[in-house]
Amino acid sequence: MSFDVPEDLRYLESHEWVRVDDGTARVGITDFAQDELGDVVFVELPDEGEELTAGDEFGVVESIKAVSDVYAPVSGTVTGVNEALFDDPELVNEDPFGEGWMVELELADEDELDALLSPDAYRDQIA
Amino acid sequence: MTLRSPPLAGVHEAAGAKMTDFGGWEMPVEFASIREEHAAVRSSVGKFDVSHMGEITVDGPDAERLTQRLTTNDVAALDPGEAQYAAITNDDGVMLDDTVVYRLPEGEADEFLFVPNAGHDEEMAERWASHREAWDLDATVTNCTTEYAMVALQGPDAPGLLAEVTDLSLTRMDRFDVERGAVAGVDSLVARTGYTGERGFEILCPWDEAEAVWSALECQPCGLGARDTLRLEMGFLLSGQDFDPEDEPRTPYEAGIGWTVDLGTEFVGRDALEQQDAEGVAEKLVGVELVDRGVPRHGYEVTSPDGESLGHVTSGTMSPTLGDAIALAYLPTEYRDPGTSVRVIVRGEPKKARTRATPFID
Repeated sequence: MSFDVPEDLRYLESHEWVRVDDGTARVGITDFAQDELGDVVFVELPDEGEELTAGDEFGVVESIKAVSDVYAPVSGTVTGVNEALFDDPELVNEDPFGEGWMVELELADEDELDALLSPDAYRDQIA
Repeated sequence: MTLRSPPLAGVHEAAGAKMTDFGGWEMPVEFASIREEHAAVRSSVGKFDVSHMGEITVDGPDAERLTQRLTTNDVAALDPGEAQYAAITNDDGVMLDDTVVYRLPEGEADEFLFVPNAGHDEEMAERWASHREAWDLDATVTNCTTEYAMVALQGPDAPGLLAEVTDLSLTRMDRFDVERGAVAGVDSLVARTGYTGERGFEILCPWDEAEAVWSALECQPCGLGARDTLRLEMGFLLSGQDFDPEDEPRTPYEAGIGWTVDLGTEFVGRDALEQQDAEGVAEKLVGVELVDRGVPRHGYEVTSPDGESLGHVTSGTMSPTLGDAIALAYLPTEYRDPGTSVRVIVRGEPKKARTRATPFID
């Protein structure tokens, strides 16, 4: 089975992705992660305004069979939360890099991005 | 420990199933998605490889007496070709396992066959053999777990699909009937039993011929994930989780299966159960649904609205049929009425919940 690993994203070993656009980082979990979890039925996310430090657990994603913490790939202030996931958590399965995004952060330190995995490095990890 | 593999393990892996360790067996947990598999069984039909279930035959002049004295239900009430659900209890009336006891049709090599849960087959074969010695009974007990594969075909369309590959008169079969016949040309025992709440059959066939039966039943393959959500919507018990002699010692009355206990028969645990029946139980397994968002899981604490600890969740999930977060928990009997307010502690947060009648679905 092969999984989507978009070229324009950066990744964390714990299967989160981050997309940076003009100082804002959008974060979600990868195609591999959603497949491992199976049917997502519940997502718990932080409130807007919360400060996250890279490596913090910022939320929880639950499938029928498993519970998994979600980690912040970078530090920053939560500026957006994907509330659509509260009613339609299956968006995480259907479109993990699009409609299934979880939070947006205002980046505290762009240099932290250098510590994240490239698409190739992440592909190697899940191979 | 080496995992035991069902005869179809290779077939499942080739089909892309995710596998998991369950009761010492490497079993498929998910083929498509739990939600899809679950929906197939509720709306049409699905098939499950349940070859991890144990099979033990009991034969000989005292086969009935031995089985009667080790199970809670009345084995003597079974005619050939009939089965019953029963608990297996210790002297304290605590459930060691639950099982289906079959009195096999006329002409079978053995009179009885019973099906303990995955990983309990050796313990139960030993239990039957040691009690036979202790009571000086004349019976042959054989653990046939790796001689039989077991395929469950479940769902409203199960009778139609099975009818295409067997000559057995399925419409004549009542619930818990068992008959011998060919399924896809394979000599099998076919029982109208299951663990999903839907119409369906469980097919016991020779281990080496399982693939012919499995592939002839063309429908959605389902894993243990969907098996668990389907049974939980019905409030059916999972051995080792909703009761367990070590971690969750419970009697059939506490577990809500008092109807499997026939105090008019003589069996290990009878006196303890008679006393509990007279005195009443302090705690009972009840259904719970979350009102707040969240998913109840095995081990989560259940409290009163004031925060007083009442017990814990034994099984919980997000019901694919209902979209409700449902659970089973042993609670003090004053909480048994449906609609009673409780809390389930999810990651340290008390979530509003209420008790609910089981089965959770109609």
